[in-house]
Amino acid sequence: MDRIPILKFGDCLLITIQVDMHDQLALTLQEDLTAQIAKHASRGVLIDISSLEIVDSFIGRMLANIAAMSRILDAQTVLTGMQPAVAITLVELGMSLPGIKTALNVERGMDLLQEFIYREPESEDLHGSEG
Amino acid sequence: MSVFHQVVKANESAILVGWLKQMSASTRRGDLINDVDLKEQASEFLKLFTEACQKSSDVQSEAFASTQEFLAEIAKSRLEQGFSTSETAMFVLSLKQPIFSAIRDAFKANPSELVSEIWASGDLLDQLAMLTIDSAITIRELTISRQQEEMLELSTPVVKLWDGILALPLIGTLDSARTQVVMESLLSAIVETNSQIAIIDITGVPTVDTLVAQHLIKTITAARLMGADCYLSGIRPAIAQTIVHLGIELIDVQTKAKLSDAFALALQRLGKAVVTTKPSATSPAQGRNRVA
Repeated sequence: MDRIPILKFGDCLLITIQVDMHDQLALTLQEDLTAQIAKHASRGVLIDISSLEIVDSFIGRMLANIAAMSRILDAQTVLTGMQPAVAITLVELGMSLPGIKTALNVERGMDLLQEFIYREPESEDLHGSEG
Repeated sequence: MSVFHQVVKANESAILVGWLKQMSASTRRGDLINDVDLKEQASEFLKLFTEACQKSSDVQSEAFASTQEFLAEIAKSRLEQGFSTSETAMFVLSLKQPIFSAIRDAFKANPSELVSEIWASGDLLDQLAMLTIDSAITIRELTISRQQEEMLELSTPVVKLWDGILALPLIGTLDSARTQVVMESLLSAIVETNSQIAIIDITGVPTVDTLVAQHLIKTITAARLMGADCYLSGIRPAIAQTIVHLGIELIDVQTKAKLSDAFALALQRLGKAVVTTKPSATSPAQGRNRVA
């Protein structure tokens, strides 16, 4: 049974999705990720989907779920590198992923997470209560 | 089976003369086509028509294939020369009168046959005229759809304003097909130029209804999913009123009245500022003018 590796990077967890997501893989990822966040007390989760070319409503919902679960465990999720076709598909499916922060690439995503983790107490209003 | 084609064949030259006379009387477009060309076209059509009539009386049949082809060619060349659709149809319809008079002369003794032959030939010519109009309209429609495609490509340029800032000036009415093109070109430009901010300027969009707003919100949401911020600018006061009256929610969208305001905001978000390096002659008091 293959699974998607989760890398620890300081306070953050890194996930790159490089294969086609099927349902079981997505469920396993959810379980692994929540376990890892709890174990390392991570503050941020970065998911890179630049190699993902096909999405459906299930994957969209899974991404929203991961963000919601992470938030309950006090970790901010950032989604990076979404392809134009994937973005259009998600919008057409009516999934605008409101709780998830997004960035163009991993570098920017990491900046965003660092900003969130280290500046949170001073700039509460910038990220809001949803962040 | 009608026999009028025999009459037509026997009186071919007389009918041709009558037809040309009729055409010059009815259409009167000597400025667009000269007499020699017209005569050539007329005799060619008359030949094809008589041949086809000998084999069949059904315009859709195989026998009329070459006649149909010739008429399509005529319609095409007439449109290019600047004839109107009705003038093009008159090419065929004006043939009725000389043919009818030839048939009348031939069947003088038999009124019932005269009527049936006139009916048969008139019916055929009407159908051929319809075919001519159809092909003229098809040609026009092809032109229109080609122009629509060209307009789609012309009217959606994505402009790079600064490192990391894109602008999309929209001109003209937005419909679903155009929004799709706009969305795709904006999103791929965001990836190509690695831009964090995109400004959609709707100064050139004449009206904003719920559908247009829906399209805009979709585009902005898709850009946000990719990690780019989208601002909406160029909202005229009248459009702002319309948006509120229609009850369109633009709460999650950063809006600005002018493109310059949105650009200033984008520079500010990127931590950049425009400074005046030389004191302006008109306003010497303003030594250092920060825009952002």
